[in-house]
Order: sequence, then structure tokens, then C-alpha cells
Amino acid sequence: MKIDQSLPLEYSTEENRLKIYGFWIFLGAEIMLFATLFASYFTLEGRTGNGPSGAEIFEITPVLIETLVLLTSSFTIGLAIHAMRLGRQKAVIAFFVITLLLGAGFLSVEIYEFIHYVHVGAGIQTSAFTAILLLTLGTHGAHVTIGFFWGLFIVMQIRKRGITPQTANKSFIFSLYWHFLDVVWIFIFSFIYLKGMM
Amino acid sequence: MEFFERFAIPHPSPAIYASMVAIVLTSIALVVGLTYFKKWGYLWREWLTTVDHKRIGIMYLISALLMLFRGGVDAIMLRAQLAVPENQLLDAQHYNEVFTTHGVVMILFMAMPFIIALMNFVVPLQIGARDVAFPRLNALSFWLFFFGAMLFNISFVVGGSPDAGWTSYFPLAGNEFSESVGSNYYMIAIQIAGIGTLMTGINFVTTIMKMRAPGMTLMKMPMFTWTALITNLLITFAFPVLTVLLAMGTFDRLFGTHFFTMDNGGMDMLWANLFWVWGHPEVYILILPAFGVYSEVISTFSRRNLFGYKAMVASIVVISVLSFIVWAHHFYTMGQGPLSNSIFSITTMAIAVPTGVKIFNWLFTMYKGKIEITTPMLYSLLFIPLFTIGGVTGVMLGMSAADYQYHNTMFLVAHFHMVIIPGVVFAMLAGLTYWWPKMFGFMLNERLGKWAAWILAISTLVAFMPMFLTGLDGQARRAYTYSEATGFGPLNMLSFVGAIGLAIGFAVIVYNIYYSVRYSPRNISADPWDARSLEWATHTPVPEYNFAILPQVSSSEAFWDAKKHGHKLFPGRYEEIHMPNKSGVPFIMSAIFFIWGFALIFSLWTLAIIATLGIFACMTHRSFEKDDGHHIHLGEIEETEEKLGGTKL
Ligand code: HEM
Ligand SMILES: [Cu+2]
Repeated sequence: MKIDQSLPLEYSTEENRLKIYGFWIFLGAEIMLFATLFASYFTLEGRTGNGPSGAEIFEITPVLIETLVLLTSSFTIGLAIHAMRLGRQKAVIAFFVITLLLGAGFLSVEIYEFIHYVHVGAGIQTSAFTAILLLTLGTHGAHVTIGFFWGLFIVMQIRKRGITPQTANKSFIFSLYWHFLDVVWIFIFSFIYLKGMM
Repeated sequence: MEFFERFAIPHPSPAIYASMVAIVLTSIALVVGLTYFKKWGYLWREWLTTVDHKRIGIMYLISALLMLFRGGVDAIMLRAQLAVPENQLLDAQHYNEVFTTHGVVMILFMAMPFIIALMNFVVPLQIGARDVAFPRLNALSFWLFFFGAMLFNISFVVGGSPDAGWTSYFPLAGNEFSESVGSNYYMIAIQIAGIGTLMTGINFVTTIMKMRAPGMTLMKMPMFTWTALITNLLITFAFPVLTVLLAMGTFDRLFGTHFFTMDNGGMDMLWANLFWVWGHPEVYILILPAFGVYSEVISTFSRRNLFGYKAMVASIVVISVLSFIVWAHHFYTMGQGPLSNSIFSITTMAIAVPTGVKIFNWLFTMYKGKIEITTPMLYSLLFIPLFTIGGVTGVMLGMSAADYQYHNTMFLVAHFHMVIIPGVVFAMLAGLTYWWPKMFGFMLNERLGKWAAWILAISTLVAFMPMFLTGLDGQARRAYTYSEATGFGPLNMLSFVGAIGLAIGFAVIVYNIYYSVRYSPRNISADPWDARSLEWATHTPVPEYNFAILPQVSSSEAFWDAKKHGHKLFPGRYEEIHMPNKSGVPFIMSAIFFIWGFALIFSLWTLAIIATLGIFACMTHRSFEKDDGHHIHLGEIEETEEKLGGTKL
């Protein structure tokens, strides 16, 4: 394997460069996935049947906490990558762990939120609106969950193997994924929650 | 006992029991055969765990041919049922099931893998690469497709086939009107195969964008590679829509949600819209690589550069963009009003323009060329007039006001068969014949090949031209019978004759393969057609690493120019080659996906959870695995090259 010293570690081999490029294409597909969900959401938003509308069930506090937590985690994963470029393994691990804890915090609040919806009679079977709401939020939440375990595996690998071209590459790609989930959340926050509460 | 009742067929018939027996016997024969000839190890080492794009291509090819057979049997049953008025061969329920599985199998499990087979085999060779960007992912793509297809195919012996059409419109496909598990099969089997296809898209976009040989700029890529690039971009952007759509359909059927139901706010038209947002790009995903094959074949056998290379590229790009903004032409009659119908009419008809440009480019390529009519060329020549019939009728259907007359009649059925058979199927057969010697080291018999081409072309006309007429007279599609008084009888009988002709054509191809395996000479050159692009520059059989030295490209017809103008294609010396390792995980993971899908289809929740954990276990394994591939050493390369007759050019 040829290592190009002039490039950052995560780009240093041919294989690494391919993986990063391929992941961007994958994110393109993910954009289409969420775009389809949003398009369906806007179509079904007003179709509440006998169930409640968004304005009746959304609560601002948990949503704000989720937003804050997720945005912060996007910042800390950025710091992790920065530390990685400086070659400081301990800092990388620390920022990764903080990111993952924030991710777990986000998920806990989201689970609380879902339980709340079911309690107020907005379960997945209630109406077209609740179905698409929960599917969109759930798809994002499932991505965060998968990201949580993926990130956890990467931390374990960095601890064991150090910062190598492979672990650097994985961490960098993970950070792309995590930022992407943050961007999706911003759309969810603006076009589902804020729009719904207005 | 109650537990097992769910697996029973809701509408059994002797034919289904016969198929069950046939499936069991074939499986036993396979197992016994493999054991007797001690081939299990070979199968596992050389095929099930391979990550080599060439072998994966061949496995796609075999699957596509098998599915062509399955879909073809369906087709014969459909046409036999309609051959005479008030026929009792199939009842309404069976007819529904057969046209549904025919459509799904032909489009998703025959045409798609056929195209992906050729792309897998040819694209890395054409761009002078040693494999695709992610060989392991490529294996996973194939096995997901394969197990998805298998899952779909067991539906007719376990639990019942889907019966709501390949378009599976709701509310028909919902629980209320489709009680059997058939539509669950549709939602889940296609989901599994679709995820595999999506990964193929990502893999090939990366491969083509990043792994071209030095000197091969985008505008020096062979035309088949261009069409593969655009098709894979279409896959990447269209298949996620299908993923979401099928997920929503699954939720409606398994978890009682109301996405597409008639009550609690559900919206059936959302299915139709999203289906075609994916579905229309899907038909262009099929046709673009076909255009690529024709471009290669026509320029090779006219011994001329492709006329209007840039116009060709531009038209592919324009078609791909337009394909995303025409979807509503599939349901003009479903009430979206004249304004949007008019807009979609205009975008639809606009697609005919770049398509026409391509037709003229092919004609001008042949003009003043030294045409040599080989089997692949014969398919290309037959394609042009036949496809034009399909295209022109497409434009007729595109006019929304007129479509109120044509919609959901046999006229529509005739249209899409006249584009898909001459367009996609002929192209695949042309491509198969054309690249066969590179794949297997001998040529298919030309005489038999041409017989098959003529039989298929004439039979296509006999089978589908009558449908334009009965369609205009009002014969509805998807209706299992019609009365004597309609007068549709004779023309439908003619269609049946055409369908038999198509079957004979395919039988000739099968016989040709058998005949050529036995009698074709094996001492052919690596470039038997005197062709133009890089896949012909390497040895036959293609060594594992494709090219001992990566080619240096300076024109869009690199190999031709190397042959005719003495450009040096392979400068430099042998170096160690890095190759990916084999892996059994893609196969195992996809097999678990099969179990997962089966469990969901029959609501076996415990099994579904166990399978889900199994899938995650495979992913975890992948994350921790250290896989740096292996190196092929200089000595080994020299030996292989020596055996194959030394470095070329
Ligand atoms: C000149 C270009 C084309 C035009 C203007 C066109 C137009 C149309 C229109 C308007 C319909 C819907 C008619 C109706 O439901 O009443 C249709 C259906 C269809 N077209 Fe085309 N088409 C074109 C090319 C193609 C190609 C190249 C393919 C495939 C390779 C294709 C495959 C299909 C299929 C599969 C359907 C029917 C789907 C169904 O309802 O089951 N078309 N076409
Ligand atoms: Cu269309």
C-alpha cells in the first residue's frame, strides 16, 4: 500500500480516497432518501384524520434540548477530527466519547418524545400525519442509533490500533455522516417542528 | 398445525403443485450433484466468496438468464389465457398473480441484473482498472439482489404470489383488498434487492469517476462507460425513493399505518406518485446502458468512430435529467387537472428529442462505414426500426388528452414492450454475444445467433403489433378474459403465436450456447471482432488482475488507435499488484437478509429480531476486521503473462 505523505492521513492511500469519495455519493443517496420523506411529510401533513395535528402535540422543550445536544455533538466531532489531524490520540478519543454521549442524550430525549406522542394519542397507526411524522423522525433516529454503535466501534479501534491511515479514514467518514445527520435535523427542526407549531 | 397454515397457498392449482415438486427435485439434484462431484469447496472458494468483478458479472448473468426463463413462462401463460375469448385456462386470481410476477421478474430480476452483469464485466476493463472501487461491496450487492430475487420467487409456492400488478397501486395492494402475504413479498423482496442495486450505483459511480486509466478524461470514455456512469447516477438518486416507498408500503401492511389507505388521512395517490418518481427513471436506467451497447456494437462493426460523440453524451445527460420530471404521464387520468397534465405532456414529449438525436447518430455512424453484419450488429440493425415504433407510440401516449383513450389498454402494453424488447432485451443479447468471447474464451455460433435474432424480431412484431389495434379498440390490459362479441379473438391468437415465436427464439439461443460450448474453436485471439476499446486489449481469458500494466490512454478509442497508429498502450514495467481478499461475509449476510425478509413477510417476529441481530453482527464483524488485501508478486505476474502469450502491444 502506497502512503502519500503530503496528504492528511485519512486521504493518504488510494483506498482511503476512494472510500471518502464513495461516501459522498452515498450521502447523495441519503439526501434523496430524506427528500422523499420530507416530500411525503408535506403531502400528508394536513391529513390528520381523527387524530391530532402537529400544533396539538409538539412540545418545544424536548425539541430544543434535542437540537442543542445534536448541534453540540456536531461541533465536538469536528474537534475530534481536528485532534486527529494533530495526531493527538487521547484528545481524539475524548472528543469521540463526548460526541457519542451527546448522541445517546439525543436519543434518550427522542425516545421520551415518542412515548409522549403515544400517550397523547398520536401513535403510528393514528393517522397519515402521525405515520409520516414518526417515520421521518424514526428514520433520522435510526441513523443516529446506527451512528452511535459505529462511532463506538471506531473509538475502540483507535484505542487498540492508534491513529493509522485506516482508523483516521473511518473517523473522518464517520464525522461526515454525523454532520449530515445534523443537517437533516436542522431541516426537521425548521420544517416539521417550527412550521408545525406556528 | 395452525402455525403452518400461513404458509399454504390461498389459491392452489395443479400447476403450482407441479412446480413445488419440480423445485424440490431440482434442489435435491443440485445438492446430490455437488456432493457427488465434490464441488462444494470449488463453489464456495471460486464463486460464493469471490469479489472479482468478472465473476460477479457472470453470476449476475446466470441469474438474469434464469429469471428470463421464469418471466418467459409467465408470459406464455398470460398469452395462452388470452388466445381465445372466454378462456378458462387461468382464473382471474391466477391471471392477476401471473401478470404481477411477470412484470416484477422481467424488470427487476431480469433486465436489471442483465445490465449490471454487463456493467460488472465490461466497465472496469473498458476504463483500464483492476476492479471496481469497492469489490467487497460489489459482492454484497450481488448477493442481496440474488436473495431478494429468490425470496420473491418462492412466493408462488409458499404463501401466495403478489397480485396487485408490478405497480402495486394502493388501496388495491393494501390489507383490505390483498389479504394474502403476496404483497408482503413484493414490499420486502424488492426492498432487499433494491438495496443491493443502490450500492451497485454508488460503487460504479465511484469506480468510473475515480479509477480510469491515466489519460482517460471523461470525454475519452467509451460510450458504454458513459451510459453506465449516468445509469448509476440515476440508480443512486432514484432508488432511495423506492426504499422509502416500499418501507411505507410495508408499514401499511404489517403495522397498520395509514400512508396509503382510504381512511384516517391516508392518500392512495402518494403511492402512485412516488412509485413513478422512481419508476420512470428506472425505465431509463434500463435503456441507457442498452444505448451504450448499441453504440459500441455499431461503431465496431461499421469500422468507424461513433458519429457525434459529444452529442451522444449530451443527449444521455439530457435524457437522465428529463427522466425525473415526467413521472405523472403514467396517471394522466387520475385527476390532477389539465395544467399539470399539460406540463407533463411537454416534458414527456421533450424526451423524444434527445432519443431521436441518438438514432440519427447511429445512422450516421453506419453511413459510409464498412458494415459487417455479425449477430450483435444484426440485433442493432433490427433495434432501430422496432424501437422507433415503440418510441413514436410513446409520444402518442405522452399527449395527455389522447391518453384518456390509450391508458390501461393493450395499446400501452404494446408500447412498452416495443421499447423494452428491441431496446433492452435485444441490446443485452447483442452485448452478450459481443462480449461472450471475452467472458468465456470462445465465440457463439454466428449462424444460430442470426437465426435467433430474426426469429425474435419477427415474433416481437407478431406478438405486439396486434395489441396496438385491440388496444385502440378498447381491449383493457390486466383483464383475464374478454367476450366473443368484442372480436378481439383472432388478433389475440396472433399475439399468442408471436409469444410462442419469442419462446422459440430464446430456445435457439439456449441451443446456441450448448452448441458453441461443444463445438466452438477455443484458439481465438483476444480481439476476435477487431474492436476498439480497452477490454479487448487484455488477454483472453482475462487474468485476475485484468492488466499487468495499466494502460496509458490518449483517445476515446484507445485500443483501435494503438492497433492502427502504433500508440504504445502499456508503457512501463511489471510491478507488484495489490488485490482484494475473498470473503464469505457478503453471502452469509445476504442469506440472513433472506431469513429476515421471510420472517417479516409471515410476521414471525422472534425470527425477524434474531435475523436483524445477525445482520448487525455481520456489520460489526466488518467494522473490526483487518483486511489489507494481498499482493500478486512479480514472478507470478510474469508467469501468468507468459502463459497467456506475453504482454500485448
Ligand atoms: C420516446 C420516449 C418515450 C415516451 C414519450 C414514453 C411515454 C410513455 C407514456 C406516456 C406512458 C404511460 C401511458 C399510460 O399509462 O397510458 C408510458 C408507459 C410505459 N413506458 Fe414509455 N415512453 C417512452 C420510452 C420508454 C422506454 C425507453 C421505456 C423502457 C425501456 C418505456 C417503458 C414504459 C413502461 C414500462 C410503461 C408502462 C408502465 C405500466 O403502466 O406498467 N418507455 N410511456
Ligand atoms: Cu414513464
